Amino acid sequence: MLRYSILFDHWDMYLQGFTNTLKASVLALIGSLAIGIIIAIFRIAPIRPLNWLGAAYVEFIRNIPLVLIVFVFFVGLPAVGIRLDPFTAGTLGLMVYTAAFIAEVIRSGILAVPKGQMEAARSSGLTYLQTMRYIILPQAIKIVIPPLGNQFINLVKNSSVLGVIAGFDLMYFGDLISSETFVTFDVYIFVALFYLVLTIPLSLGVGYLERRLAKTR
Amino acid sequence: MDFAGAYAPAHLTFLLQGFLVTLEVAFISIIFSFIFGIIIGVIRYTKIPGISQIFAVMVETIRNLPLLLIIFFTYFALPEVGLKLDKFYAAIVALVVFESAMLSEIVRSGLNSIDKGQIEAARSSGLTYVQTLWYIILPQALRRMVPPIVSQFISLLKDTSLAIVISLPELMNHAQIINGQNVNYVIPIFILVALMYFAVNYSLSLVSRKLEYRQR
Repeated sequence: MLRYSILFDHWDMYLQGFTNTLKASVLALIGSLAIGIIIAIFRIAPIRPLNWLGAAYVEFIRNIPLVLIVFVFFVGLPAVGIRLDPFTAGTLGLMVYTAAFIAEVIRSGILAVPKGQMEAARSSGLTYLQTMRYIILPQAIKIVIPPLGNQFINLVKNSSVLGVIAGFDLMYFGDLISSETFVTFDVYIFVALFYLVLTIPLSLGVGYLERRLAKTR
Repeated sequence: MDFAGAYAPAHLTFLLQGFLVTLEVAFISIIFSFIFGIIIGVIRYTKIPGISQIFAVMVETIRNLPLLLIIFFTYFALPEVGLKLDKFYAAIVALVVFESAMLSEIVRSGLNSIDKGQIEAARSSGLTYVQTLWYIILPQALRRMVPPIVSQFISLLKDTSLAIVISLPELMNHAQIINGQNVNYVIPIFILVALMYFAVNYSLSLVSRKLEYRQR
């Protein structure tokens, strides 16, 4: 039987961790969407050096661990004189890491729009940027939404690395509560439930959107 | 920044030792999660009443939890209920539990992507259901699953670094030990460690891309 008194006695701490996990995830999502869109545009723009730059970012970041990126912000920056608090360092790390995955999602969404659309728009006199803005992106967004949802789920789960650098998220407060109560098992079961409260509805939502998109195709 | 000091031979061997642990944990976890992933994926595909649903709930729960939490739980919480594992095995158990769930979903959707007509044709030519799965469906599905499975393996290799929370002596842990000696080592060490992970993972992704290309 789980000791539910732990949950009730430390409700404030759990809630604070939950709020910070959500905050880090949402902030990182906004930031990584911005960076991801720029990188995706770099990768498909008809300018070679930008293509290489975008590809280099994506390939490099995707192939190194998130923990390493977070440590670069938390341990590496202070070594060159820039000090960040753990929450900011963690959120920036999440942003930089997730941006690489989001860039790929957006790029493949744009590439999924038939080539004829670009040709037709260009030959009707729109510039490249106008074509992107009014013709290609509105169509790509529909394709991109379910995989972006998956990236957000990953983001919520990955935000747990904040716990490694004491970033005031759910994992951190779990640690705190278990060192106060000398209980680990029950404490982390409740931490898990808090994560599931966020991720399960998101998963169900993404699944629904995927099925609906598959039908309209 | 002290590149010469950071890359002293003693440090390089220490990092390499860490990297060997990373690769060892990743390799063992890959083997086991591949086996379990296929078994669970097939069970969910065949829709055996009861069992299939139990696995569905387990897979969905695990997939929706952070791996860090599972590692933490395996190492710190399981001893409370009498299951004590040392760091090395705790890391492997946690990785296998998490990655099997992820792989089983890849396997399941790979199996679902094979045309149902194949089953009907194989069954009506006299093969049993198990024979049909083994000789007709699985070989075709596996070929399609190669690219997502390889990228899951890349994730697994990166995720071994999360075991730093239980101070498993892997690459990130060893890097942090060196960083603790001198602030001027931090940037050079992170550059080297990033390149080590990148070298292995990028080669894996090139292999996967080649396999993907050959299918077309």
